[in-house]
Amino acid sequence: MEIRLDRTLCDGFGMCAEYAPQTFSVDEWGYVSLYPGKSNVEISEEDGVRRALLDCPVHAIIDTTSKNK
Amino acid sequence: MTLSIGTRLNRNVLVYKGIQPRILVDGNNYEDASLYRSRGGYRELDDEVAFLNDVSASGLRGRGGAAFPVAVKLASVRTAAGDSVVVANGEEGEPTSVKDRWLLRHRPHLVLDGLRLAAQVVGTMTAVVYLSDSPARDRVEKALEELRGDASFGLQVTVVQVEPSYVAGEETAAVQAINGGPALPTDKPPRPFEEGVAGLPTLVNNVETLANLALLHQLGPEGYRRVGTDNSPGTFLMTLSTAAGASLCEVPFGVTLREVLSWSGIDPDGVRGFLMGGYFAGVIGPRALDLSLDYDVYASAGTGLGCGAVIILDEETCAVATSAAVMTYFGRENAAQCGSCFNGTSAMANVLESLRDSAADLAELDRLKRWSTFLRGRGACGTLDGATNVAASLLREFPDSVEVHLRGACPSCETGKFPSYPPYGVSYAADDV
Repeated sequence: MEIRLDRTLCDGFGMCAEYAPQTFSVDEWGYVSLYPGKSNVEISEEDGVRRALLDCPVHAIIDTTSKNK
Repeated sequence: MTLSIGTRLNRNVLVYKGIQPRILVDGNNYEDASLYRSRGGYRELDDEVAFLNDVSASGLRGRGGAAFPVAVKLASVRTAAGDSVVVANGEEGEPTSVKDRWLLRHRPHLVLDGLRLAAQVVGTMTAVVYLSDSPARDRVEKALEELRGDASFGLQVTVVQVEPSYVAGEETAAVQAINGGPALPTDKPPRPFEEGVAGLPTLVNNVETLANLALLHQLGPEGYRRVGTDNSPGTFLMTLSTAAGASLCEVPFGVTLREVLSWSGIDPDGVRGFLMGGYFAGVIGPRALDLSLDYDVYASAGTGLGCGAVIILDEETCAVATSAAVMTYFGRENAAQCGSCFNGTSAMANVLESLRDSAADLAELDRLKRWSTFLRGRGACGTLDGATNVAASLLREFPDSVEVHLRGACPSCETGKFPSYPPYGVSYAADDV
């Protein structure tokens, strides 16, 4: 699974960092960035990332798996 | 009290001693198409592959701030499938730089020639000149009019003008504006070379970069490399500012700021430090005087040449007050898109303003130190990185000034002479054309 995060959309809900803490790095205001290299999602994080993707209220997480194949 | 130290260009256009000028060849005179042709411009390009090899051999690097190898960028768009677009980026959002506006106002054909060459290398006829400066727009349109009916130019050029802002010059902001959106950065990926104007692979080059591409075509790679260093060949345009005024200088890579200052009549020993690369690379102490002006040397020293804007901090100027002023600018002029950026720049500005006013404590300083590293890379564009550079460089380069402010006795700041807004912004009025 591959994703990208659009930080111009992120509104700092922070759920993604709870669901997949090894993928999403959160700052003290609740806004997230991907940890380096984590656009390629680790298998162990896939369920959490998928849940984050579906639950993100502003759709800031985009699945790019099919686009990059 | 705030004392205005905004500076004005005042037609100071200077070529460094002992070099043959490449860009500032004729002061502030406008160069028309026939004059440019007589100087070797618009020569036919018959072999794009050979020219791309020349660009690679020349070592030409981008002049917009990132110093990215131009040949790599050209090749990445050239190899992309389908049609593509080339963009001349003349939107100079950096308030301390005037070189891009100067180029478009005085030598638009040098830029258009570079744009033509870039377009031919990547295999497109579609080009955009992107800018905010109205006098520059007038000159570009005048230059295009001079080329009307000239089959050898053969490029469809659209001029796109936006309102000036710090972030509007970022390449994804250029692409979004050209596509009809706001001139605000977008997150990456995709980068413009992958998906840009009209969704096509797009080459976005700074106008000084394109000017150098045209010069390289005229000089050849060996001739181009005759000036400069191995890793930073050629000359570059430096906007050199003091509290008293600004100059636009053509300087060869490889000389030092000590040499540049001595040449321009400024005593290097009276310098407390510099604000480097405009606002982007932060502050640096007098050790910068003896660094070779070279992208890699500056990067190794923890600073950067950026867009070539250099601001001299004299003995009466406090590095803390300067850093606070620049951070306040970032806090106001960021794109207001990425939360880490609009919160982080504002928070760092608050601490630096407190420090400037001798009201900060060690806990605030610790937060500033943490933000200066943690927030790096957390924005869609480079604004937040510029802001972290300012904070980190102040703490690294001027620990004594920081200490003085913690104790509450900065002699410079007690005078209340702080930079006006935007700090060290260079005025380049239309009547300065």
